[in-house]
Amino acid sequence: MSAAAPAAQNSPAPDYLHDGSGIASWLLTRDHKRIAIMFYVLIVTFLFLGGIFALVLRTELLTPERTIIDATTYNRMFTMHGVTMVWLFMIPAIPNIFGNFVLPPMLGAKDLAFPRLNLASLYVYAIGAIVVLAGMVAGGADTGWTFYVPYSAETKTAVAPVVAGIFILGFSSIFTAINFIATVHTLRAEGISWMRMPLFAWGIYATSIIMLLATPVLALVLVLVAIDHLFGFGVFNPAIGGDPVLFQHLFWFYSHPAVYIMVLPAMGVISEVVPTFAHRRPASYTAIAISSLGIAFVGFLSWGHHLFVAGMSELDAGIFGGLSMFVAIFSAIKVFAWTGTLYKGSIAFRTPLLYFFGFLFLFIFGGMTGVAVATQGLDVHWHDTYFIVAHFHFIMVGGTITAFLAAAHYWFPKMFGRMYSERVGLLASAAVFIGFFFTFFPQFLLGNLGMPRRYYAYPAHFQFLNVLSTGGAWLLGSAMLLALGNLVVALKYGKPATANPWHSRSYEWLSASPPITHNFEETPVIRRDPYCYVLSEHESRERSFPPSETAA
Amino acid sequence: MNELLRTILFLPPQATAEATAVDHLHYFVILTTMCGAALVTLFAAGFVIRYRQRAEPDEHHREAPGPTTPGWLETAFITGMFSLFILWWVLGYHEYVRLRVPPRDAMTVYVTAKQWMWKFSYPEAGAQEIATLIVPAGRPVKLVMTSRDVIHSFYVPDFRIKQDVVPGRYTTVWFNVIAPGRHEVLCTQYCGTYHSTMRAEIIALAAPEWDRFIGRASPTARIAGQPYTMAETPGNWQMFAPAQQLDLVRLGEQAAARLGCLRCHSVDGSRHIGPTFAGLYLSRVPLENGEEVVGDEAYITESMMDPLAKVHQGFEPVMPSYLGLISPAETAAIIEYVKALSPVPPAPDQGRGSVAPRPSGTPPPGEMGQPPRELGTRPPDTRPGFVLPSEQGTPIPGHPIQPPPQGRIEIRP
Repeated sequence: MSAAAPAAQNSPAPDYLHDGSGIASWLLTRDHKRIAIMFYVLIVTFLFLGGIFALVLRTELLTPERTIIDATTYNRMFTMHGVTMVWLFMIPAIPNIFGNFVLPPMLGAKDLAFPRLNLASLYVYAIGAIVVLAGMVAGGADTGWTFYVPYSAETKTAVAPVVAGIFILGFSSIFTAINFIATVHTLRAEGISWMRMPLFAWGIYATSIIMLLATPVLALVLVLVAIDHLFGFGVFNPAIGGDPVLFQHLFWFYSHPAVYIMVLPAMGVISEVVPTFAHRRPASYTAIAISSLGIAFVGFLSWGHHLFVAGMSELDAGIFGGLSMFVAIFSAIKVFAWTGTLYKGSIAFRTPLLYFFGFLFLFIFGGMTGVAVATQGLDVHWHDTYFIVAHFHFIMVGGTITAFLAAAHYWFPKMFGRMYSERVGLLASAAVFIGFFFTFFPQFLLGNLGMPRRYYAYPAHFQFLNVLSTGGAWLLGSAMLLALGNLVVALKYGKPATANPWHSRSYEWLSASPPITHNFEETPVIRRDPYCYVLSEHESRERSFPPSETAA
Repeated sequence: MNELLRTILFLPPQATAEATAVDHLHYFVILTTMCGAALVTLFAAGFVIRYRQRAEPDEHHREAPGPTTPGWLETAFITGMFSLFILWWVLGYHEYVRLRVPPRDAMTVYVTAKQWMWKFSYPEAGAQEIATLIVPAGRPVKLVMTSRDVIHSFYVPDFRIKQDVVPGRYTTVWFNVIAPGRHEVLCTQYCGTYHSTMRAEIIALAAPEWDRFIGRASPTARIAGQPYTMAETPGNWQMFAPAQQLDLVRLGEQAAARLGCLRCHSVDGSRHIGPTFAGLYLSRVPLENGEEVVGDEAYITESMMDPLAKVHQGFEPVMPSYLGLISPAETAAIIEYVKALSPVPPAPDQGRGSVAPRPSGTPPPGEMGQPPRELGTRPPDTRPGFVLPSEQGTPIPGHPIQPPPQGRIEIRP
């Protein structure tokens, strides 16, 4: 009866971490899991680099005039903070680490559709990162991560290598996106119909569509800037008939969808964490799945709300404002579905779920302030002030980093076969929330008060709130160290994990922890949905592998 | 209530009626947001406590099926949220249009932004100000703005208005200050190293004081330093009035007339003994030797000082040198005057342009009061992408005219 399924744990086949040793077995691997681990190391390194930049910036802002660095350094540093966090951390983080690792087992597949392309994506990312780092070493750009012309065309700082690096990083995104889309379309195991895909796979799929369609526009606009800069082509140069505002349209045509590249995978993580720890099916599976696609679609139509005060006609502003409201609707659907999933569940309060609570509050608040800034009359006051800074950090840090940490804890046993300390994990999670709140909530008030973003020096009446925010940032930095330190310690000293420590029904937990190189001992044939908590774990496993073998 | 919420939310004072209206919408939106976030989180926390797991599940544990959300509830949520957002949108758009469309009777002030200062030019007063915009209280003021270099943004927190200032474009913003007072102006579009110091101040004056400001003719001492950090009350407005009725373009016009330039150079595009000033600035000037030069500050200055060096094709080399006869200040003023004439379309053959030629020759200097455009009403040069030497020496009240910096303009002895 139970020959095949439970045998997985005692199988002599080595897990992916021990299947081959030596540097070459990692650097030349085609195993999606090893590639994910290498991404993990690189991306967390950049998270800390960006975090250090952030702490230096916040420390500088303790006083209205110079505190520790001069204006030039400050301007370069906030640019490097933005570039590092957006392109080196936020965009690849969840898709390339957790998407890479769990998407194939979630679909019952042995690997991604194009394993070599996956490895290429890692190397292209590394090359892009090196080029960006070279730009930083060469002094760094001082344009802000948005690279608005004409300033970016005339500044003497190292814009070229940074822009070239971002151009290269775009190919890494595109490779990954193609791979994920092909995998979702072709490698789903028998029995996993579209409507039986785990919700994280839906999130990753929607993200990949955006990556594939939006990233080329970024590449295009970066090439145009380069041509303008090098050959005086003049697309964006008003002196010879160009239009600097065109750059903003093109830039945000990529960068607004890029916000959803950053947040859709986070929503996907949350959509896995909540049913797992509530032990029940999601309140509205279809609504969550389809709203991901809805966000991907409408996300392309709302870039104009970044330009309400850039010299846009009133009619355009009205249309873009209205379209932006639709994105909010899709996000609101998800929020209600997650909350509804807790209703009448059997809730295990573990670290990932505490991160979900942080996420829920911060994401609602951040999201609704997003609708507020899309409300044109209010945006006029808030635009380019700290209100905007606070708003997108609520989404990016409060949403995505919180979900990133939830994912790091949730899939930690799957990835490394060990358990982290639950007590330290819960403590760090609470500290992250408190630190975050004190960092960014005062920034909403600073924006109300009228403090513009990217200000090195500021009028003295902004100081009180800045000091609060800086204090919060130090706490947030320490809490992040604690959270990740807990995981690093658990790598070596953690208790060995069972294959499915959270008693999840999602398909990736059918594999061993950590999985073998080809994920499953036998190819799954699924005859249930991924959230069938009415079935016992045993029954759900029986319905996941071919009947002949299970019967054997 | 208004005052309480404004204080809690750290909002600046409401100096215009529009600011108050925006704040009311602000209260509605932010309170809804806070309540929404808190309510959902409380519900979720309540569920976690109420439905917490009683025992660790084993292999064979089986959960009760969670209820599926009924369709009517999903529909109600979606409709409810959508209605709320659409309500925000309607109210927000209404405010936006109100903030954006200036009243017809608004007084115009021209604003030129450059790294890292704001320059204000008044058609009425014929004055220019750096970093201090003096306006009448109780009267709508429309700002017509452009940038000389990169994108800036004109932001007055007390008025809840903001508008990007874009090179190569004119953008507008308007306000109507209720009472006399001071209001800080900040640049909110990152514009380079000293972005955060690109600040200015708006001083609203009561009607009688405004009239005196406008009518002033005699210079008054001006206090140096950062106006927006000063503690004087608006009653001391005289301290901030421009040092004199200063308009480089007009000074240049007077100098050109007095020195005789206009006997040979027309200002309406028509051909005379010398090439016309109209449209000369930054145009391509064909030379006698077949080459071409750009009619920039350097060329104009050189032509005054060493006129035979680069003679315009088709004209006799008859102009005398003015080296040593014109002061640097007058040179700068004449350049500004030529620049101000640049939008006048130059006739292709300098005789039959879109501008009707004057009936007879060059008008006597005394009649130069009616140039083709209202020269005083527009900022001298609005073409973007060029940071020009004489622009860097933009006149500061109290120090009327600075000579063009020596670096860029070569004057051959």
